[in-house]
Amino acid sequence: MILFILRRIGVMILTAICLTMIVFSLTNLRPNLEKIARTEAGSRITDEQVDTWLEARGYLEPMPLRYGQWLGVVPGWTTTAEDGTVSGYCNPAGTAPEDAVRYCGIIQGDWGYSRSSREEVLDVLVRRLEATGVLMFWVLVVMIPSALIIGILAGMREGSRTDRTLSTASIAATATPEYVSAVLFIALFASSSYGLSPVLREWGLIDRSIFLSGSARSAYSQGPTLMNFTLPVLTMALYGMGYIARMTRASMAEVMTSQYIRTARLKGLNFRAIVVKHALRNALIAPFTVIMLQIPWLLTGVVIVETIFSYPGFGATLVDAASNNDIELLMGISVIAVLVVLTTQLISDVGYVLLNPRIRIS
Amino acid sequence: MEPIGWIEIITRLLAQLTPVLITLAALLAISFLFKRKLGLYGKLYDSWIGIIGFTLVMFWVFTGLFGAFDLIMTHDPLSIPGDQIEARRLQNALPGTPFTANSGEYPYYLLGGDHQGRDVFSRMVDGAWTVILIAPCATLFAFMAGIILGLPAGYYGGRLDTVLTFLANLVLSFPVILLFYLLVTPEITDSALPRVMAGILFLFPIIFLIILLNSRFYTQPTKRNILLAVTVLFGGWIYLGTAWNADPLGVIVFPANILIVFVAVVFVNSPTVFRIVRGLTFDIKTRDYVAAAQTRGEGNWYIMLWEILPNVRGPLIVDFCLRIGYTTILLGTLGFFGLGLSPESSNWGATISAGSDLLRRAAHPAVVPALALLTLVLGLNMLADGLREESLKD
Repeated sequence: MILFILRRIGVMILTAICLTMIVFSLTNLRPNLEKIARTEAGSRITDEQVDTWLEARGYLEPMPLRYGQWLGVVPGWTTTAEDGTVSGYCNPAGTAPEDAVRYCGIIQGDWGYSRSSREEVLDVLVRRLEATGVLMFWVLVVMIPSALIIGILAGMREGSRTDRTLSTASIAATATPEYVSAVLFIALFASSSYGLSPVLREWGLIDRSIFLSGSARSAYSQGPTLMNFTLPVLTMALYGMGYIARMTRASMAEVMTSQYIRTARLKGLNFRAIVVKHALRNALIAPFTVIMLQIPWLLTGVVIVETIFSYPGFGATLVDAASNNDIELLMGISVIAVLVVLTTQLISDVGYVLLNPRIRIS
Repeated sequence: MEPIGWIEIITRLLAQLTPVLITLAALLAISFLFKRKLGLYGKLYDSWIGIIGFTLVMFWVFTGLFGAFDLIMTHDPLSIPGDQIEARRLQNALPGTPFTANSGEYPYYLLGGDHQGRDVFSRMVDGAWTVILIAPCATLFAFMAGIILGLPAGYYGGRLDTVLTFLANLVLSFPVILLFYLLVTPEITDSALPRVMAGILFLFPIIFLIILLNSRFYTQPTKRNILLAVTVLFGGWIYLGTAWNADPLGVIVFPANILIVFVAVVFVNSPTVFRIVRGLTFDIKTRDYVAAAQTRGEGNWYIMLWEILPNVRGPLIVDFCLRIGYTTILLGTLGFFGLGLSPESSNWGATISAGSDLLRRAAHPAVVPALALLTLVLGLNMLADGLREESLKD
């Protein structure tokens, strides 16, 4: 087992290095660098000025070397000014030579400086990740139990009317990407002139102009409430819910046809006891893997939902960083995203083995 | 003129969609009559979910198709009414608002106007064509690449399998949205990267066909040579035109901004197909008929493409339907973030995005394309579910 985990971690690190290298080379393509130069130094500079601007900031060194600098395995570039002070990748201009640092990559814990928000990348990421963490927490709290319950109820009696209804509902949920459900939800609940809100107000059920808020900005500044967080959480939970529910249903239906369930029924146990005591345990192994693998997929949802509901979290940062080609922020984002993907994969594999004693790693 | 009510709007919409509805009814009726002779497709008509799904999908296919021939649209989906006052009146206009700018044109905006005063209904129909054109093609290309790499990985195993699986997992670990944001930018579109990626990805269908035909007709050299020559000539022509925009005849034009969208979608989809094909091949290669073919002395590629592949078609067809739906969602995501396809164009994602900014003022500019996308993907998912149920019954 230990060996298996170690080997998986080895592959993980290799994958992470390859992926960050791809992101690094895509963000550092020549046209992207020229765009940076023009936004930073003014759009009217000539091509030669672009070159000198890039040269002075170390952008024109060979790509592998620069990737090494970012990673922290190659010493950062330095230039020594006439008065003896040095400036460079790791040192702000005017550093005394004896204070100069040689390595400052991600291994040393230095995530770089975000151009667009004028802050340390790590500070931006920690703050934004906290916001997204709150969102994700509520999404998972809503999504997992409801998906499991729908799946179990549907798979408990395969082919029954409950099964048909719930299965169709889960198919519909998987067919509704976040940008569609967000639009439909906002149109239904979050407008003062049409949808449900005017009706509810007329009936005296709500005393505010809209039923639920279509913006989650106040959730970031004042903390989440039912009013401002319901729609973003529902939007995100819906898409993933359908998939998990279908997997749970399939797994539950398979377990319900197995021999030991038949034995239990023939023994005369009542249906509820069979489902709760015997079937559930085995039926929940497969959904566990699916849920873990679903978490990285939520990233796309995070980006969409945070854009629509203007919630300044990790996803919104990704959009900002990409549209400004903020290289070091983008690298930080991809490190986090890749780590999330790889860790959930590892947990799902290890968990699967631990939960299912029939599987042995050879 | 007075705005018209919902009943008249629906009547007029149905009248406008007449060609679609007639074709759809004819197709369903004929298929239903001959369903016993139509194999798996005919069996689809035994399950309600399958019928509903197929109807929804074909509705959008015909809408897109007839829309491309300009049989359905009431107005130009791209141009804003020339008259300034008229244009302002039509901005976010409610469904059924009269249109009086040009006397020769259709007198109503059936589903209202968008934020620039364009007809929402026509834009929805025009957007259907984009999806119907790109999504199945991109999925097909992803399948060709996935199959041509997945079969040998599963069949031979060993180091080839290790390397290919690592690469597939690499792409799968890449967050889709990040990849899109990095790949589908104007800077990259102008660079050589999309052409190079297309040059590699578009080779797979040709290689697939060549190996397929070569392994089948290896014993009949004349027939094989003719078929291969036709494939290479025809495939090469399309390949040059699409991937490198260098069609010697000048017929095929593939703009770079659509190419990068296409390539990105194929690139994201093919590793999953690879994993499915590889897994199925692992399972099938131990069967007796594969051993029999090996004993007969058949070539490896013949066994993979003509013994194994036909026997895994069931799950692959089901996944193909699901994957077209997923590709539609991906295309919508790209459009929603304004990546690749021009924001002025009428693809559903871009239209939803434009409409969602003004949702508090008017719902219809965003809701109409959102429902269109929802019903198409729902149809594809239901179709896949129906197919799975029917193919499991065998």
